[in-house]
Amino acid sequence: MIKAILIFNNHGKPRLSKFYEHYSEDTEQQIIRETFHLVSKRDENVCNFLEGGLLIGGSDNKLIYRHYATLYFVFCVDSSESELGILDLIQVFVETLDKCFENVCELDLIFHVDKVHNILAEMVMGGMVLETNMNEIITQIDAQNKMEKSEAGIAGAPARAVSAVKNMNLPEMPRNINIGDISIKVPNLPSFK
Amino acid sequence: MALKIVKGSIDRMFDKNLQDLVRGIRNHKEDEAKYISTCIDEIKQELKQDNIAVKANAVCKLTYLQMLGYDVSWAAFNIVEVMSSSKFTYKRIGYLAASQCFHEGTDVIMLTTNQIRKDLSSPNQYDTGVALTGLSCFVTPDLARDLANDIMTLMSHTKPYIRKKAVLIMYKVFLKYPESLRPAFPRLKEKLEDPDPGVQSAAVNVICELARRNPKNYLSLAPLFFKLMTSSTNNWVLIKIIKLFGALTPLEPRLGKKLIEPLTNLIHSTSAMSLLYECVNTVIAVLISLSSGMPNHSASIQLCVQKLRILIEDSDQNLKYLGLLAMSKILKTHPKSVQSHKDLILQCLDDKDESIRLRALDLLYGMVSKKNLMEIVKKLMLHVDKAEGTTYRDELLTKIIDICSQNNYQYITNFEWYISILVELTRLEGTRHGHLIASQMLDVAIRVKAIRGFAVAQMAMLLDNAHLLTGNTQRNGICEVLYAAAWICGEFSEHLEDPMHTLEAMLRPKVATLPGHIQAVYVQNAAKLFATVLRKQEGAPDSQAAQETSQLLIDRLPLFVQSANLEVQERASCILQLVKYIQKLQQKDVEVAEEVSALFAGELNPVAPKAQKKVPVPEGLDLDAWINDPPSESESEDEKPKAVFAKEEPKHTRPRHPEVDEKELARRREARKQEQANNPFYIKSSPSSQKVYQDAPGVEHIPVVQIDLSVPLKVPGMPMSDQYVKLEEERRQKERAEKKKKEKKKKREKRGRGKKGDSGPESEEDITPAHQVDIVTEEMPENALPSDDDDKDPNDPHKALDIDLDKPLMDSEKLPVRTHRPEVLKSPAEDGDGEPAQAEPKKRSSKEKKEKKKDKDKDRKKSKEEKKKKKHKRDAEPEEPVEEQMEEPVQSEASAEVAAPPTSTPTEASDLDFWLSNAPEVEPTPPETTSTPETTSAAAPESEPEEPKDTEPEETKSSKHKKKKQKKEKEDKEKKKKKRHHHHHHHSDGAGDESVQNGTVEEEEPLPPMSNYCLLAENSYIKMVCDIQGNLQDGSQVVVSVIFENKSDCFLKSMEFNVLDSLNSKLQRPEGAGPHDGLTVPFQLPPGVSNEARFVFSVQSIVMPQKLKGTLTFIVKSEDSSTHEKLDFKLHFTCTSYLITTPCYSDAYAKLLESGDLKASSLKLEGVNMPFHHLLARICFHHHFSVVERIDSCASMYSRSIQGHHVCLLVKTSGETVSIDAKCDEPSLLGNVLEEIKQTFSRC
Repeated sequence: MIKAILIFNNHGKPRLSKFYEHYSEDTEQQIIRETFHLVSKRDENVCNFLEGGLLIGGSDNKLIYRHYATLYFVFCVDSSESELGILDLIQVFVETLDKCFENVCELDLIFHVDKVHNILAEMVMGGMVLETNMNEIITQIDAQNKMEKSEAGIAGAPARAVSAVKNMNLPEMPRNINIGDISIKVPNLPSFK
Repeated sequence: MALKIVKGSIDRMFDKNLQDLVRGIRNHKEDEAKYISTCIDEIKQELKQDNIAVKANAVCKLTYLQMLGYDVSWAAFNIVEVMSSSKFTYKRIGYLAASQCFHEGTDVIMLTTNQIRKDLSSPNQYDTGVALTGLSCFVTPDLARDLANDIMTLMSHTKPYIRKKAVLIMYKVFLKYPESLRPAFPRLKEKLEDPDPGVQSAAVNVICELARRNPKNYLSLAPLFFKLMTSSTNNWVLIKIIKLFGALTPLEPRLGKKLIEPLTNLIHSTSAMSLLYECVNTVIAVLISLSSGMPNHSASIQLCVQKLRILIEDSDQNLKYLGLLAMSKILKTHPKSVQSHKDLILQCLDDKDESIRLRALDLLYGMVSKKNLMEIVKKLMLHVDKAEGTTYRDELLTKIIDICSQNNYQYITNFEWYISILVELTRLEGTRHGHLIASQMLDVAIRVKAIRGFAVAQMAMLLDNAHLLTGNTQRNGICEVLYAAAWICGEFSEHLEDPMHTLEAMLRPKVATLPGHIQAVYVQNAAKLFATVLRKQEGAPDSQAAQETSQLLIDRLPLFVQSANLEVQERASCILQLVKYIQKLQQKDVEVAEEVSALFAGELNPVAPKAQKKVPVPEGLDLDAWINDPPSESESEDEKPKAVFAKEEPKHTRPRHPEVDEKELARRREARKQEQANNPFYIKSSPSSQKVYQDAPGVEHIPVVQIDLSVPLKVPGMPMSDQYVKLEEERRQKERAEKKKKEKKKKREKRGRGKKGDSGPESEEDITPAHQVDIVTEEMPENALPSDDDDKDPNDPHKALDIDLDKPLMDSEKLPVRTHRPEVLKSPAEDGDGEPAQAEPKKRSSKEKKEKKKDKDKDRKKSKEEKKKKKHKRDAEPEEPVEEQMEEPVQSEASAEVAAPPTSTPTEASDLDFWLSNAPEVEPTPPETTSTPETTSAAAPESEPEEPKDTEPEETKSSKHKKKKQKKEKEDKEKKKKKRHHHHHHHSDGAGDESVQNGTVEEEEPLPPMSNYCLLAENSYIKMVCDIQGNLQDGSQVVVSVIFENKSDCFLKSMEFNVLDSLNSKLQRPEGAGPHDGLTVPFQLPPGVSNEARFVFSVQSIVMPQKLKGTLTFIVKSEDSSTHEKLDFKLHFTCTSYLITTPCYSDAYAKLLESGDLKASSLKLEGVNMPFHHLLARICFHHHFSVVERIDSCASMYSRSIQGHHVCLLVKTSGETVSIDAKCDEPSLLGNVLEEIKQTFSRC
């Protein structure tokens, strides 16, 4: 079982949190902070597994994480999951994000956390791995997006126009600030399959 | 209308959307909280509007704020509103919000039931999908109960997208509503063979998750999983299955044997590291489970260790980590094979990655031996010095202590060295583990009598240099060591060289800065030291010295009397008064030393930590009963000082009133001893402990350790353990040399005597300890209970899922159904008359209710019986098996059934047994057949098999039998093992189970063993046994499972199986093969090995039995030659092999008989000399019938052919005559079946 999936940036700001067991909001924030603390002090080139006194679960649990550019993707899992399998799942997740957002970067996650949730929901459900095939995931996501668009129809048009205008006018249009290095580069890892 | 919508959207343009909110928060970095609170106010306004789009937008923003840590539960109702929107876009937003913040305590959840149900049955698959995803996060017991049936329907949805989600969510439903597990399980099992890989993977996922918690209930699925493992190519599925097998093998060692080969093949062939790693892990689990009996798996161990070495040597840190992790599992059972990689593991200790270093440390634990302990610890000590972070350093410290103290100090040959290591460890700054070091010191000093002299000297030094330990407030963790030092110096003060000096050290004013509990020990032990000093000084001519000592105490103790710590104060004032009194006596020239020492007489024996718990409660003592009337208010108990070393706190019976004169004290002590001796609750010390110091022979008979003076005693803080290492080396060398000399001598002597000198090479492990170490073992109370407490968490939700799944379903076990939903669960023979269920969602269907009423009395009786049984058991043994404890929380009668102890359906149990046994020995029984694992899975019917309700009265009757069975359950595995050798797959126990389920057992006579495999042909090379069974899915197919057993010493290969087809029956050959070509058997047989192959035949008519001639050709390959051999056989397709065991309700059965479509026939058997239930069991087992109803010596039975013919039997017995009246829609089939039944009974 996967107990929680957390994405936060190099400063510990949460970008996505998905807990498959209920915790109060305060505890959730505490878990995120603690996890960030544990993960951030590790060098690059050390192993991607962590165990230790965590708030979630007990000794049976492990943190499995990957660090891409400015973001940490952390999965908290118990012993029924394969460590290397989960690492690969993170990779699939990031590659899927990359496909769906076209060169995903942290800002995509910041502004479209709902979409990230929807993508994640096609991969992991209630703490169990649902689908690992990227093409299948993208097919389902696309189909749902299409539905959403058709529902919006005419009624959605003005809103879309306004948000486009808003984006144009605002000086801090996100993509302009830090383009380039924050884009998550998806390395080609030896495939799992 | 359209205008209104557009207008709504225009309004909406000016609301913030999620992006605006995020942007706003980013722009208000300084006053983020304030900005968000204004946003929340806006959101509250938006939620008040009627426009669902506005609401959805607000909820979407709330979801984001929830991630930032804001409580949004106040908007729960609005979330439900958004969830119920008809638009997918909003629905998805609503469900996402719900999944993020709903939980069992959210009260609006109960409003969602109908909405979710509606969404689940929506024609749009994404509506359903999004509902399932959301539900998986917030399902509650109520939701699970109400929706279980809907979700189960979805498991057979046409779209794989829905199927896989429905399958996956079932796990959550099971967790919240355990009663649903049994009704849903058959379908879940079906999904293991779903054509869609995603659904299959989901089903594997769920079953693995279930089986991980309660593996024993899923053993019967092993053959199915085995098949999946050998056929699947999906690595995710493979990993899950292989992990599952890792959990199953400890329960069934035979499974392990079967697994080793395919797993090793996978290890050799796979390129995916994750799969390789899991394979290695499971092979390790198998080896652990086999470790007792099977010595010849060293090849597999070697393979694993070798593969792990490759992982550890890999540059990828992840693989290195996992390699070490797996290595530590091997270590437990095969330490030798890991020890050879010591170099590698020590190397990992230097790794820059802390996780890896920690794993390597774990491994060290098992790698030490007497020989290398010192070397390894030396290396660890170096790491301690280098370690930067305190966590890792503390971990090192605990590991050093763990390694040294394991198995009662098994590997320590030189305790002087160990003590000096402990002293060196006290130099660690800021460690949390001061108390750990302290308790080690105490433990060693108490239990290793020979080391006390040395220990006392070291501790005295520590006390003398206490300022080094306490100087810094940062180091207060380590000052715990002083506790141990003070106590050891006091308790074993007779070993002190200069007690006076130590006494002074203990009474320094600086001591008052130590923590209270340490000061208390200081004061108490100062008194002990005082006694020792007095004795020395009184013997000396200078009596003045003794008085000076007393004066010293009188001067220094008042400091402690003023202590704020109660314990210190009390002890100090007692001792102060005592010393004052002594001083008075001294001034009168009275010799007091004897009496003062008597205060502290007596020796301590270590007591096992669990000793108190293990004292048996004497009969007639009720620990829960109040002794006095319960107090009106609870008293505050937090003023008690915490005892840090509860175990070591020894002398709680020390005198409280020092004023009382010695005689009085002695008298009291005597009285107390007497009392303790008579008091059964007091943990008695061994008689030796009653001895007094002065004349303690216990101490004297231990060889006194000569402190090697070549080692100067240094101030602590200087490492000196190294010197001990050197010394130890020298000692060992000397010893070796001496031994050699001796051996030579011996040899010479032996030669002189003319005997052969056969003393082998000296074992490296054979190192004698430096001195005879008398390790005192911990004491336990007499007649202690030999139990090891099984501390299972009573709150574990998985405990409720410990449900036997092989038992057929009861009538009462159905998922609650609503009226407006079609009923899904039907008796297989009852298609088409689904009765309307009742409207109340929480109540069961009316039909069930009726049946319930009928069965109520029986149930009640039964539950009573069960309770009695339970009580009985509790009396007999304190620990109940888990299944029994489980019954208590379950309330309803129906669920009591669920928790009933595990039994397994006869076919499955026997099939599993058979599948697991590699070398079948089959008694030559007539060619009769039953189902094998293939049908167990394949034949899982569309609707659940239900047990005929009328079995229950019999069950009540047979509860006696059941009770016995439960007890047997535990030894079941053992028995199975034993039985394998005789009749491998059908043991009497299993047969007993079967007859219980078929409702036929009255007596306890065990059934004779029965086998469903029969001999096909045999020669000196090979033996073939086969089992023929119909294929439920395809009415024209018969599957023949043949087990080939190699009886020779040669290798058998190129086996080809061929059958001469008849018009009616044809062997199915692969496409392109000619009608007379043989089929290649897909394996080779090494000597003594057996394996199973399946062949499918197509059959046209099933009304007549058939015989087919066939030939097996094969090549026998021995070392020097190979010959071509063949073996002829005759396959006998009986009519019973076309029948499939199908359960049937009695009412459906009655309808069937009334319909008048069936032709009748009958049969009389004479001289049948067996109990009726045996007779029925035989018919059930050999002829694939199930009992519908049984009344006394009369029973009705039912079966169905693969082509759908109904076969009904009415069996009556009187004396030795059995009459069978039979009805079937196909008379010739019936005739043949009856003929075969007759043959079965004529043979026995």
